[in-house]
Amino acid sequence: MADPDRAGLPPAELVVRLNAVTLSYGKTKALDDVTLDIPSGCMAGLVGPDGVGKSSLLSLVAGARAVQAGRLEVLGGDIADAGHRRRICPRIAYMPQGLGKNLYPTLSVFENVDFFGRLFGHDRKERERRIASLLKSTGLAPFAERPAGKLSGGMKQKLGLCCALIHDPDLLILDEPTTGVDPLSRRQFWELIDEIRTDRPGMSVIVATAYMEEAARFDWLVAMDAGRVLATGTPDELLEKTGVDTLDAAFIALLPEELRREHHDVVIPPRPEGASDDIAIEANNLTMRFGDFVAVDNVSFRIGRGEIFGFLGSNGCGKTTTMKMLTGLLAASEGTAKLFGREVDPRDMEVRHRVGYMSQAFSLYTELTVLQNLELHAKLFGMAADTIPDRIEELAERFDLTGVMEALPDALPLGVRQRLSLAVALIHSPDILILDEPTSGVDPVARDSFWQILVDLSRNEQVTIFISTHFMNEAMRCDRMSLMHAGKVLISDTPAGIMKSRSASTLEEAFIAYLEEAIAGAKQAAPAVVRAKAPLEPVAERQAGTRRSSKSRVFDIGRMFSYTRREALELVRDPIRATLATIGTVILMFVIGYGINMDVEDLTFAVLDHDQTTTSREYILEIAGSRYFIEKDPIIDYADLDRRMRNGELSLAIEIPPGFARDAARGNTVEIAAWIDGAMASRAETVKGYVQGLHAHWLTGKIRERYGAAATTGSFKIETRFRYNPDVKSIVAMVPAVIPLLLMLIPAMLSALSVVREKELGSIVNLYVSPVTRLEFLVGKQIPYIALAMLNFVLLTAFAIFVFRVPFTGSLLTWTVAGLIYVSAATAMGLVISTFMSSQIAAIFGTAILTLIPAIQYSGMIDPVSSLEGAGAFIGQIYPTTHFMTIARGTFSKALGFGDLAGAFVPMLIAVPVLLVIGTLSLKKQAR
Amino acid sequence: MRLSHIYHLGIKELWGLWRDPILLILIVYSFTLSVYTGSTAMPETLNRAAVAIVDEDRSPVSTRVSTAFYPPYFVPPQMITPAEMDRRMDQGLDTFALDIPPNFQTDLLARRSPTIQLNVDATRMSQAFSGNGYIQQIVTGEVSGFLDRHRSEQKLPVDLVLRARFNAELNKGWFGAVMNVITNITILSIVLTGAALIREREHGTVEHLLVMPVTPFEIMVSKVWSMGLVVLLASAVSLVFIVKGVLAVPVQGSFALFLLATALQLFATTSMGILLATIAGSMPQFGLLLMLVLLPLQALSGGMTPRESMPEIIQNIMLAAPNTHFVILAQAVLFRDAGLDVVWPQLLALLVIGAILFAFAMRRFRAFLK
Repeated sequence: MADPDRAGLPPAELVVRLNAVTLSYGKTKALDDVTLDIPSGCMAGLVGPDGVGKSSLLSLVAGARAVQAGRLEVLGGDIADAGHRRRICPRIAYMPQGLGKNLYPTLSVFENVDFFGRLFGHDRKERERRIASLLKSTGLAPFAERPAGKLSGGMKQKLGLCCALIHDPDLLILDEPTTGVDPLSRRQFWELIDEIRTDRPGMSVIVATAYMEEAARFDWLVAMDAGRVLATGTPDELLEKTGVDTLDAAFIALLPEELRREHHDVVIPPRPEGASDDIAIEANNLTMRFGDFVAVDNVSFRIGRGEIFGFLGSNGCGKTTTMKMLTGLLAASEGTAKLFGREVDPRDMEVRHRVGYMSQAFSLYTELTVLQNLELHAKLFGMAADTIPDRIEELAERFDLTGVMEALPDALPLGVRQRLSLAVALIHSPDILILDEPTSGVDPVARDSFWQILVDLSRNEQVTIFISTHFMNEAMRCDRMSLMHAGKVLISDTPAGIMKSRSASTLEEAFIAYLEEAIAGAKQAAPAVVRAKAPLEPVAERQAGTRRSSKSRVFDIGRMFSYTRREALELVRDPIRATLATIGTVILMFVIGYGINMDVEDLTFAVLDHDQTTTSREYILEIAGSRYFIEKDPIIDYADLDRRMRNGELSLAIEIPPGFARDAARGNTVEIAAWIDGAMASRAETVKGYVQGLHAHWLTGKIRERYGAAATTGSFKIETRFRYNPDVKSIVAMVPAVIPLLLMLIPAMLSALSVVREKELGSIVNLYVSPVTRLEFLVGKQIPYIALAMLNFVLLTAFAIFVFRVPFTGSLLTWTVAGLIYVSAATAMGLVISTFMSSQIAAIFGTAILTLIPAIQYSGMIDPVSSLEGAGAFIGQIYPTTHFMTIARGTFSKALGFGDLAGAFVPMLIAVPVLLVIGTLSLKKQAR
Repeated sequence: MRLSHIYHLGIKELWGLWRDPILLILIVYSFTLSVYTGSTAMPETLNRAAVAIVDEDRSPVSTRVSTAFYPPYFVPPQMITPAEMDRRMDQGLDTFALDIPPNFQTDLLARRSPTIQLNVDATRMSQAFSGNGYIQQIVTGEVSGFLDRHRSEQKLPVDLVLRARFNAELNKGWFGAVMNVITNITILSIVLTGAALIREREHGTVEHLLVMPVTPFEIMVSKVWSMGLVVLLASAVSLVFIVKGVLAVPVQGSFALFLLATALQLFATTSMGILLATIAGSMPQFGLLLMLVLLPLQALSGGMTPRESMPEIIQNIMLAAPNTHFVILAQAVLFRDAGLDVVWPQLLALLVIGAILFAFAMRRFRAFLK
């Protein structure tokens, strides 16, 4: 490939230099004192088992991860230097491991590429031209409008490549770009890379791969193991050095002695004759439809006991769906699946004891240790408690897990995790093993030892194995196999038979021939899947497009808006979220506006009347007649009083002493006793006030009765003016206060989740490796949520005025400007919270606690902030909700404008930049 | 259904929680510091109310009135001019402004019945009423005291002796502390089960479980018991050490009865968490849904404002929420020392609501797994 003259020559220039670089995650060392020079202008490959540090090395080179120790030079400068990183990051493109990990699944193909184009500051015309050219050359042009999440694995990787190439990088870093991709797509992918390199000969490419047959095509290789470099050189040099004829074998030969000793070539003894009489798995016309989409179309096969049956096909062709139907995870739309002659029934627990299933993604519990995972599954399969330790020990030895029993799966290399998955699937000694791409991404040594186990199971224990894979050498090891494409089985035969039928020399060729035939057949109906070969535009023209000079600027509006645009698009694509956020707040406003009611009315009371005279009844009537109290049945005795207060039936109990009327008339002092239920203090205070008022009123009436009106003209009067809310209605007080509350909770939650979600799903890597700064990232993501919150603001204000009929007396402009500042503060608060959280659960929980409690309790919604004490008072004084609450009440009820409320604006205006600075400083621009 | 499955799956949930330090920190925070600050910050009904006085009389009686306001009920009053009064109230600096007119004392002694004006910021509902009552009482008391030295008054010898039961000093923090614990019980139990379920689905581990001989019922019950247990323990510890210990709230009633009720409440809320998780497709949607459910639960269950004062329809709707019954029960048991004979209707209601939520969540959960 590429330039044959150059391949053998010693590299003239270096693109990457590592000097004693060490990287550890906790106790594990991913890279151990690595010193390495990678030549520029060529295609350099990193090969080696998983977990040896290939991905770590690439992420360090891309600047996505911070250098811990040692010196790493990339493109002629120290990558640890932030200034150099900023200068060179427009020249580097990085495609992380995992299918479409840095893509945005809800965005279309075009929008994804467009986003990256904007990040690197191309103008509109330039972007459109580049995108058109890239999509055309990768064959993605017909799918430009399809969401990235709905692409097949191969297409996702091509899209990833488009996104990486949009800014004409000088260094392209690809981390296992073809892992989990079918052979046809894989071939197309490498052809594409070759073409790009022909067009841009100066570009350096660094690739990590687990496929040795791919590595043979690279110019220069680095073989790695256990965080160290084993050997470097061209493929030929490596073969020469080890004296073997395949790279697979060369790699194994390069391994240290003790590792090599464990490796044996997989030997597959032939199946004993007549063993296949027993049918273990039988599928008859299995069909699965999801809506209009036929995922599996009329699939039939029979697999004998002890047979190893392979299932090959491109991603999304229906392999996994077929397997799920066989295990009973999915109920077939049509057709039947039988295991040992019994139809698969998801409710039948018996069948599950006979089947072991290993799903495509690692799906064991990462929070349980290896031992705990094994124990849990053993127990769930109902194994007798005394047999479990022996069985686990047996499996641990067989799968070489003894040393890692107490480790958490996340800390283990992929190969070990796959062995653990298999051990778990085998714990209950099933008769059938269903394995969905178990070796995807696993290195050759681990894969061979994995297969050795499978072969032993099949031949010695008569376990039937149904396995799907992408590796042709693995497919060759199967007794029989099926090729699957677009839900249909193309052919089922022995590997040799399949090769023969297409007169191909390798299985891969035969496979591709079958695929192309099938695609050609479907071509009339569907748009072309085979890419239309369109050469990339000439280099000169491509490079003529000017990059904006703003690249290294600290704050660039264009880059910020590229995040804004993307976030807004994602929001639009998730209408449930936007609807919940807008309609939800209105519902909440109703709930709280009507629910939190300070007009304490309809309180229950009852009387223990020992006197039973007209006077005592008059006194009771005085209370019962007010709108605040409702009289209940009279209290009979003290026990009754106690019981009825205890169960909360009475808020107030009054006892009128014997001889009340007589004593009062004679002028002897009498005491009326009143008990208030103090369990809820605020209500009790109100009751107290009411009772005292009514008592006083009764007294005045009595005095007037007795001494004439003159006695009560009173010495003076107190005239109470309830201002701003003359009817003292709760709604007038509460509804404007609810708006600040809701505009804190919802926007903060949304913005916090938007960042944490990127962290959890992996697209945060785009922040690490692109020129976008932390502030641009945060503000860019914040803007759509500010817009959404402002929509909320308008809705809530309209509801308050027109539905709740709360009079709005102040300046609408002041209110709106304050609203804008406030929602900016609220979303910024969410961003700050998000920088400390790594999981979405923690973000939800954290945001709920950090916004709900201060906003409800410390911000003057119910109790004025001036009445708070201690930490609550301090939080209340600085919390933005407090000040917006003042503005809300000021503009709604007090007819105020800017001038009067300036004092409340200042803290909010300070809060926004302060929060953004805190968020920016605590957000990391590199993974650590 | 096998109990051993439920047990082992539940233990797995507990390990999962144990290995998530941030969640653990949040749990500890919400049951200790958050409860503590929440209840100590909670003011007495009338605590440090801001009052300003416009004294246009400057007589002995007006001075006597002005000096009668002091903490903890009021902050020392600001003496202001009439011009300042409106501005200060507009800015929300004062909740009350008392205006004593010129010649007040002269008019008083001449029985010309002068009028003192009391301005109340009625947007501050929690203080407006009780503060008004207090101030009227204080002013009347001071003026009467002044007058008593000048002339005698006709009086009726009937006194009203008011006593607050169960919380003699009407300390709002007592109730607030317990309400904070209840809020946290609700938030935590919903988040722990609901979010954990969504995470399991996003990581594909739920699917893995289904190929094993376990039923959805077993999976669900295991989540309910394990997360319920964590929250139950946390709330018990919080009640004993924080509420009773540090905050010294004289919680009276039967602790065991309260824990029984908490267990029933958790049965309902954990089921609700699973229900919400099955309705929400993704974590952000769950977060929003959570807010939509939590706020009404907290605001309308009777923990913040008395149920009696809510509109009839909301009172009735809220009877369907477990929190309403739990709050009623918590007040009765913890403050009024009520026994089983008193609170059995609430326990029964919690059980029924829990069972309905559980059954509903179960149905959705089965569909969710398909």
